[in-house]
Amino acid sequence: MHVRADAPTGTASTEAPGWPDEIFDILQRFDVRQVPYVPDAGHSRLIQRVLASSSMRGIPLTTEEEGVALMVGAWAGGERCALLMQSSGVGNCINMLSLTQIFRFPFLMLVTMRGEWGEFNPWQVPMGTTTPDVLELSGIRVLRASHAQEVREVVEAAASQAYNALTPTAVLLSQRLIGAKVFVK
Amino acid sequence: MSKANLLDRRDVVKALLANRKDAIAIGGLGASTNDITAAGDHARNFYLWGGMGGAAMMGLGLALAQPKLPVVVITGDGEMLMGMGSLATIGLQKPANLSIIVLDNECYGETGGQTSHTASVADLVGVAKACGITDSRAISTMAEVEAFAKAMQDISSGPRFANVKIDSASLDRVLPVRDGTFILTRLRGDLGLGPI
Repeated sequence: MHVRADAPTGTASTEAPGWPDEIFDILQRFDVRQVPYVPDAGHSRLIQRVLASSSMRGIPLTTEEEGVALMVGAWAGGERCALLMQSSGVGNCINMLSLTQIFRFPFLMLVTMRGEWGEFNPWQVPMGTTTPDVLELSGIRVLRASHAQEVREVVEAAASQAYNALTPTAVLLSQRLIGAKVFVK
Repeated sequence: MSKANLLDRRDVVKALLANRKDAIAIGGLGASTNDITAAGDHARNFYLWGGMGGAAMMGLGLALAQPKLPVVVITGDGEMLMGMGSLATIGLQKPANLSIIVLDNECYGETGGQTSHTASVADLVGVAKACGITDSRAISTMAEVEAFAKAMQDISSGPRFANVKIDSASLDRVLPVRDGTFILTRLRGDLGLGPI
């Protein structure tokens, strides 16, 4: 019995789950051109799709707040972005998130959660626990997807309000969805 | 505070933007944004009053979105030190139309002149070079500033980086507008991009 047994697909087999592909399709439909990211295992399939895409540019960052600043410049030049990170990266972004209120630009971030649902690593817990509150205090609307079947609907709603209504939005992709990371000695 | 033979920051920025043509100029938080204002307000000036450490990354986002336009980031040593990782990110993307120039007075002039890391140990030209920005220069004369101004118009040979040692004297403040949505909408409008 493994902690990842609840994750519906893509855990035991080598086949990737379908929801990252659904996210990719949504980003493509919303004409997202720049995808800044700090890698996370939960985002690996989506990052692969972005890097293989001819219409999107995947931009690896050294730290997550770089991505927030990049998104302002991209929008000033007419391009939409989506920012990918894991929950610990949200803490790195706090001051830079003020730009979402100063500039009112389309802001969508997709955050894979750590520090919840069967977490093994205690160091992930403090930031994972405060992630939703930190985002909300920073003026970012928070939506969450915990099951594979709801990812498409939630990310679509988030993208729609971020790009169409200039409502800065984060989607938290629950650890329950991704599966807790297993450390093997 | 002022030392002989160091360049005047306002002269440097004026020379950079005197024949800017279509260039977009981003001013990092601090005195650099004032220097750009002193050189003349412009629809393609992007002034930062916050987001310290983000100027170079905004330049990257803009340069990738508008590859046919020269984009120049004019910022200070303190602001660049805070966003030093972005030099690695830029070195990886290699936007050919992006130029970054640091006005290096070796101190945090806006907060009382506290010494910055560039006064002794930190060599930003070395950092930029080591991050893959091969055209990285240390500038100490106005002739070199003028050469850089010409180079930044070439949108096929960047990214490029320059560090200019400037006089640390505090100058009269010339303040740009503070309304972010105005600055952003004005720039987008000038690029032919409408509101949502």
